[in-house]
Amino acid sequence: MQDSEIQKELTEKEEQSAVAKVFNYRLVKEKTAGGLMYILTIASLVLVVVMGIGLYLKSAPIFEEHSLGELIFSSNWRPLKGQFGFMPFIAGTVWVTVVAVLWVLPISLLTAIFLTEYAKSYVKKYVFPALDILAGLPSVIYGVWGTLLIIPWISNKFAPHFVDFSTGYTVLAGGIVLGVMILPLLVSLFIEIFSSLPTELRDASTSLGATKWQTSKKVVLKKSFPGIMASVVLAISRAMGETIAILMVCGNLPEVPRSILDACYPIPALIANNYGEMLSLPQYEAALMFAALILFVVVLVFNVISRVILYRVEKSYA
Amino acid sequence: MKHFEEQMMRFLMFVATLIVFGFVFSIVYAILKQGWGSMSWDMITKLPGGGFYIGKEGGFLNAIVGSLYIVGASTILGLIISIPVVFFLNVYLKSQSKTAYIARLAYDVLFGIPSIVYGAFGFTIMIYFGLRTSVLGGIIVITLLIIPIFIRSMDEVARNFPRDILDATYSLGATRWETIAVVLRQIAPGIATATLLSIGRAIGDAAAVLFTSGYSDSIPTSLSQPAATLPLAVFFQLSSPIKEVQNRAYAAALVLTIIVLILSILGRLISSKFSKNKL
Amino acid sequence: MKIPFLDKLFTTSELLSNATPDRKFVSDNDSSEISVENLNLYIKGNHILKNLNVQIPDKKITCIIGPSGCGKSTLLKTFNRLIDSVEGLNVDGKIMLHGKNILSENEDLTHHRRKVGLVSQRPCPLPMSIYDNVAYGCRIHGIKNRKNLDKIVEHYLKAAGLWEEVKDRLNTPAVRLSIGQQQRLCLARSLAVEPQIILADEATSALDPISSKTIEELFVNLKRDYSIVMVTHTLRQARRIADYVVFMYLGEIVEAGEASQVFENPQNELTKKYLEGAFS
Repeated sequence: MQDSEIQKELTEKEEQSAVAKVFNYRLVKEKTAGGLMYILTIASLVLVVVMGIGLYLKSAPIFEEHSLGELIFSSNWRPLKGQFGFMPFIAGTVWVTVVAVLWVLPISLLTAIFLTEYAKSYVKKYVFPALDILAGLPSVIYGVWGTLLIIPWISNKFAPHFVDFSTGYTVLAGGIVLGVMILPLLVSLFIEIFSSLPTELRDASTSLGATKWQTSKKVVLKKSFPGIMASVVLAISRAMGETIAILMVCGNLPEVPRSILDACYPIPALIANNYGEMLSLPQYEAALMFAALILFVVVLVFNVISRVILYRVEKSYA
Repeated sequence: MKHFEEQMMRFLMFVATLIVFGFVFSIVYAILKQGWGSMSWDMITKLPGGGFYIGKEGGFLNAIVGSLYIVGASTILGLIISIPVVFFLNVYLKSQSKTAYIARLAYDVLFGIPSIVYGAFGFTIMIYFGLRTSVLGGIIVITLLIIPIFIRSMDEVARNFPRDILDATYSLGATRWETIAVVLRQIAPGIATATLLSIGRAIGDAAAVLFTSGYSDSIPTSLSQPAATLPLAVFFQLSSPIKEVQNRAYAAALVLTIIVLILSILGRLISSKFSKNKL
Repeated sequence: MKIPFLDKLFTTSELLSNATPDRKFVSDNDSSEISVENLNLYIKGNHILKNLNVQIPDKKITCIIGPSGCGKSTLLKTFNRLIDSVEGLNVDGKIMLHGKNILSENEDLTHHRRKVGLVSQRPCPLPMSIYDNVAYGCRIHGIKNRKNLDKIVEHYLKAAGLWEEVKDRLNTPAVRLSIGQQQRLCLARSLAVEPQIILADEATSALDPISSKTIEELFVNLKRDYSIVMVTHTLRQARRIADYVVFMYLGEIVEAGEASQVFENPQNELTKKYLEGAFS
C-alpha cells in the first residue's frame, strides 16, 4: 500500500518535470517568435533613419563647395560648370503640385460629401470600383494618357487662346495628370474622415431644420477641418514624389516657370532623368542625391504631421 | 434661398462625381483604343529582335517576364516579412502600446516615401555592396516599396479582429504565438486583398526599378542579370521618335492596364464578399 | 437532457497523459476553490476592484451579480488573467488556486488558463470547422493522434449536448451553426482541455430563451465535475441555478454567501434593495 503511494508520488514528480519541459519549449517558441517579430517591426523605423542618413552622406560632398542657401535659392543649373541651383526644380515641383491640388480639392471634397452624405448604396457600388481603378493605375499609364490626350489638348485647344505657341508639355499638363492621380487618395481619405463623424451630430443639425448641404457645410466640413487639412498635406507629399507620369508631360526645362503654360522640371523628374548617367562627376551625383534628400525630408515631415493629425481625428470619434 | 443652395450643391456634387467617372473612362478608353490598334500576338510572345528599336521585328516578352519575376519574388518576400509584423502589432502588443503607435507611424511614413527615393537609395546601397543593376536589386527595392502597403492594409483588417476570438484561444491555454493560425484564418480575405494591392503597385512602379533592375532585351537567367519591366518598356519606347516603336509602348501599356484592371476587379470581388462598402 | 458522464469510458485526461503527462488537474481534494485575498485592481489609475476578499466554493455554481459597471466581468477576467491584455493595468493582492497565487508573475499562464475555461458572452467560434474547434485546445497541448482526437471531440460534443445535431457535419465551418449551437460548441471546446473551473460571462445573454435554458441545464449537470463561476445580469437566472452568490457594487463585494441565504435573508441593505429591483 505504502509502496504504491510512493510509486505514485514519484511518477507524479516525473510527470511534473516532463510537463515543465513541454511548457518551456512552448514558451521559448513564443518568446523567440516575439523577439524576431519585434525586430521586424522596429526595422521600419530603422529603415527610415538609415534612408535619411544614407541620402545625407551621399549628398554631403555638395555641401563642401556650396552653401545650403545657395543650393536652394540659386536658379543656375549648370552641372558641367559646377553650378547647382535647385530653384528651377523646387519651383517646378511647387507649381505642378499647387495646380494639381487647386483643381482637385473641390472636386474630391464634393465627391466625398456626395458619397458619404447623399449617395444611395447602389451609386457607391459604381463609384468605389471606379476610384479603385484610378488608384491602382500605374504612374506610367497616367503618363501615356497625358501624352495621348492632355498634351494635344493643351497644345491645340487651350494654349492658343493665351500664347502663340505651346508644345503642350507644361506645368498645366503636369498639374492635370497629377491631380487625377491624387484624386482617389483624397476622396478615400475624406470619406474615411466624414464617415467617422457620429450620426448624432448630423441629426442634431437636421432636426433644427438645416438642409443637407447646410449640415454638410456647417457640421461635417467644419468638424472635419483638421482631418481635411491633414489629408491635403498627405496628398501634396504624394504629389511631390510622383515621377514617371510627370516626367512624361512636364517638358523638363531647368528654368523657373512663369506661368502654367511654361515647361517645368520637378525634382523627381530630375533624379530619374539623370541618375546613373553622370556618376563620373562626383559633384553631380551628390547634387542628385541632395535632390532625393530634399524630397525625402519634405515628404517625411509632411507625412509625420498629417498622419499624427489623422490618428487623432480617428481616435477622437472611435 | 437655402433650398436653392441645396439644389445647386447637389448639382455640383453630381458633376464632380461625373468628372471622376469621366477620368476613369477617358484613361481606360485611351489606353485600350491606342493599345488595341498596336497589339499583336508577336508583341507578347516574342523577344525584341535585331533592329527592334528602329521599328523592326519582335515583341516585349522580356518585359512581361521580367516584371513577373520581380513582382512574384517581391510579393512572396513582402508577405513573409509583413505577416509577422501585422501579427506582432495586433496580438503581441497591447492596443494602446507606444511601440505599436510608432511602428504604425513609421510604416505610414514609409508608405508615403516616393518610389524614386527608394530607387535612388536602393541604387546607392547596391553600389555600396558592389551590385550592378540586376533582378536582385529590383526585387529588393520593390520588396521594400510594397512592405508598407502590405502592412497598412492587412493591419487595417487585423485591427478589427474580434478580441473575443483571441480571448477564447487564450483561455484554452494557447500562447500568443499559437494564436497565429486562428488569426491568419480570420484575416485571410484581408491578406488576399493586400496581396492584390501590392502586386498592382509593384507591377506598375517604374521609378524604383529604373536604377535598380535596369533594362535588357533578353530574359534574365540569373539574379545578377538586369531585366526589363513593363512600365519601363512603356516609358522607353514611348520616347522613341519612330512610330512603330511608340506603338509597342501603347501595346505594353495595354498589357499593364489589363493586368491592373484584373487585379482591381479581383480585389473588389474578394472584399465585397467579406465586408461591406469599404473603400 | 442526458449527459453521458456516467458512461465515461475514457477522459481527455487519460489521452492527454500519453501526450503530455500533465494530468494532475482534476481535484482530488477540496482545495479547488478560488480564494481571493485583498484584491485591488487599477486601470490607468482608476480603482476598478476595491479590496476584494471572497472564497469561491468547489463543485458549485457561483453567481456574481450586481449592476452593470460594478466590476463583475473584470473580476472574472482576472481569474484567468485575460485582464493582462489591458493597457495600464495594476493589480495587487492574491488569487489563490490550489495554494498557488495565480497573480504571481512567474505563473505559467497557458498552463493556468487551461485549467480555467471561459464561456464568453457572445459565442465566438474560431474560424475553422466544428471538429477543429473542439480539437484546437487539445492540439495545442500536444495531442496529435487523430483517433484520440476523434474520441475527445465526440465525447465533449456529447457533454455539451451538441453531438446529435452536428455529428454528420463535423467538417463544416463552425460559424454556420445557430447562435445557441455555437455557444454549446464553445462550451465543448472549453471542456475539451479539461478545466477545473468554468468561467461564464453572461453566457446566455445573447441567446434565445430555449438555448439559454439548455445552457443552464448543462451548467447544473456540469457542476458535478467542475466549479462554475458565472456573471449574470438576470437575477432570475441566479435564483434558478446559483448555489453561492456574490453581490458586487461599484467595485466592492457587498455580500457573499449561500444562495438561499443571500436571496431570502440578505444581510446588507444594498443587497436587499438590489434584489427588490430598486436599482439595476
